[in-house]
Amino acid sequence: MGKTLAEKIIAAHSDEAEVSAGDLVTVDVTVVMANDITAPIAIESFNAVGVGEVYNPDNIMLVPSHFAPNKDIKSAEQTRTLATFAEAQALTHRFQVGRAGIEHVVLPERGLVLPGDLVIGGDSHTCTYGAVGAFATGMGSTDVAVGMATGKTWLRVPETMKFVYNGKRQPWVYGKDMILRTIGEITVDGALYRSMEFTGEGIADLPMSDRLTMTNMVIEAGGKCGFMPFDEVAQAYVDARATRPYTPYFADDDAEYCSVHEFDLSTMEPQVACPYSPDNVHPISQIKPEKVDQVFIGSCTNGRFEDLAIVADILQRTGREFHPDVRVMIIPGSQAVYLDALRQGWIELFTMAGGAVSVSTCGPCLGGHMGVLAGDEVCVSTSNRNFRGRMGHRDARVFLANPAIAAASAIMGRLAHPDEL
Amino acid sequence: MKLEGKVWKYGDNIDTDVIIPARYLVTTDPKVLAAHCMEDLDESFAQNVQPGDIMVGGANFGCGSSREHAPISIKGAGVSCIVAESFARIFFRNAINIGLPILESAEAARDAQPGDSLSVDLTAGTITNARTGKTYQAKPFPPFVLQIIEAGGLVPYTRHTLGIEI
Repeated sequence: MGKTLAEKIIAAHSDEAEVSAGDLVTVDVTVVMANDITAPIAIESFNAVGVGEVYNPDNIMLVPSHFAPNKDIKSAEQTRTLATFAEAQALTHRFQVGRAGIEHVVLPERGLVLPGDLVIGGDSHTCTYGAVGAFATGMGSTDVAVGMATGKTWLRVPETMKFVYNGKRQPWVYGKDMILRTIGEITVDGALYRSMEFTGEGIADLPMSDRLTMTNMVIEAGGKCGFMPFDEVAQAYVDARATRPYTPYFADDDAEYCSVHEFDLSTMEPQVACPYSPDNVHPISQIKPEKVDQVFIGSCTNGRFEDLAIVADILQRTGREFHPDVRVMIIPGSQAVYLDALRQGWIELFTMAGGAVSVSTCGPCLGGHMGVLAGDEVCVSTSNRNFRGRMGHRDARVFLANPAIAAASAIMGRLAHPDEL
Repeated sequence: MKLEGKVWKYGDNIDTDVIIPARYLVTTDPKVLAAHCMEDLDESFAQNVQPGDIMVGGANFGCGSSREHAPISIKGAGVSCIVAESFARIFFRNAINIGLPILESAEAARDAQPGDSLSVDLTAGTITNARTGKTYQAKPFPPFVLQIIEAGGLVPYTRHTLGIEI
């Protein structure tokens, strides 16, 4: 019997010649990541383990992203904890406000996570790195601490679900719509403990930014990890960035999948996840065009150059401005994205249109800062979660959508399709 | 090890944002986190929870963010264990790692009502509901995970495996 990507990569990092779904194995980790919320507890636990020094200073990446730039004194203390630890342990890779951004944008963009890697991260969206062919999964702070101390972790080898996308994407349909539709079909625990392999002509056709958007939201279906195929598109992206040699893996044709799900892109329209769950997904045409108070364009899901390009294109083509009653937060996912947008003239374009453009941060996605919602407010967001209280007040309502729907809604002042402009 | 407590019952897909909203993640203090545990869903919980009480959830308990602050806030509130139909995987690891007992039993979770009294035998993996008189067998942990639980969490377990004196 052939092997899935999860089985192959886990086996390569274990002492076993091969592993199968259900096996419990100890593996070497390539990269251990944590952010300003999860690292402080991880550092406390690391100190409690008592090894003194980290296992490998080259592979630990602590990224201040969630409440950074520091939103208050307590968050300042938390980011200082990261910086102090990084310096004391002489970590090779340092991440600072103004030079980094959101970990799931920064690490792939800098070629720090690569095909065949085994990555554990103190952030649930660590699964994003499956777009470049890494086995990457989110864990909590104590798992991160032990990963830092020993260079190892334990895993249960997941079963794998296969997702096949047939046909050609329609206008204004992106990776975001494909993953929202998928979560809508299988629900928020449809991939619980499992790996998700994405394939088909609809994936071959997809740029890296959209692939990263899709693997980013694997966790929203309960998934442990997700994978995009390593093809020419992926290789071009990785080779332009890789900081070290890498080994790509390919799923066997006769690999065992616990289920196969097919989607027809020729009939798929833009999708929106309505409050209060990422699986409450409906096509935009079936959603009441509610008035919106805030639009957020950014996050580890849709804060990349290509996402901002969609917004810039809509503004340039229509010559429109954002609606005067709407707060439009546009937050590049990394400082590299910010600089690229600046060079394109988009920062001026967004600002002239009435948008508020900020330094890179996770900020409003988790109700941290830079756009927290009041009670009963409505927000269209390109991020990944619309749980109750996620972006602020428990009664605020968040609609998750792609950047084109977000831009159109920001211009119209209500949930809107770009064709309405 | 045996536990007894009153049931706090919640539904399916209880996410870590409602267990502990991000606005409180500027501290790692279990007592401060406990004071805000579940407040966006049930303001009465943090005020009225008693040491030893048992939290009961539906499917996919603890989904969403990887924040370990979620099980820490529940443990800090005095909850002795969580019984649910199923757990989201990161929450499952986090709870085991910090030494918060969790038990998976769809039937026990479904039958339990708010205020019921449950007694839990962690060694046997059984849950007994005093109101219905029924005893339920929870899904057993793999032996390796049981070793982490018996050590009191992943940090003491790791110290033990590395040969560091406790």
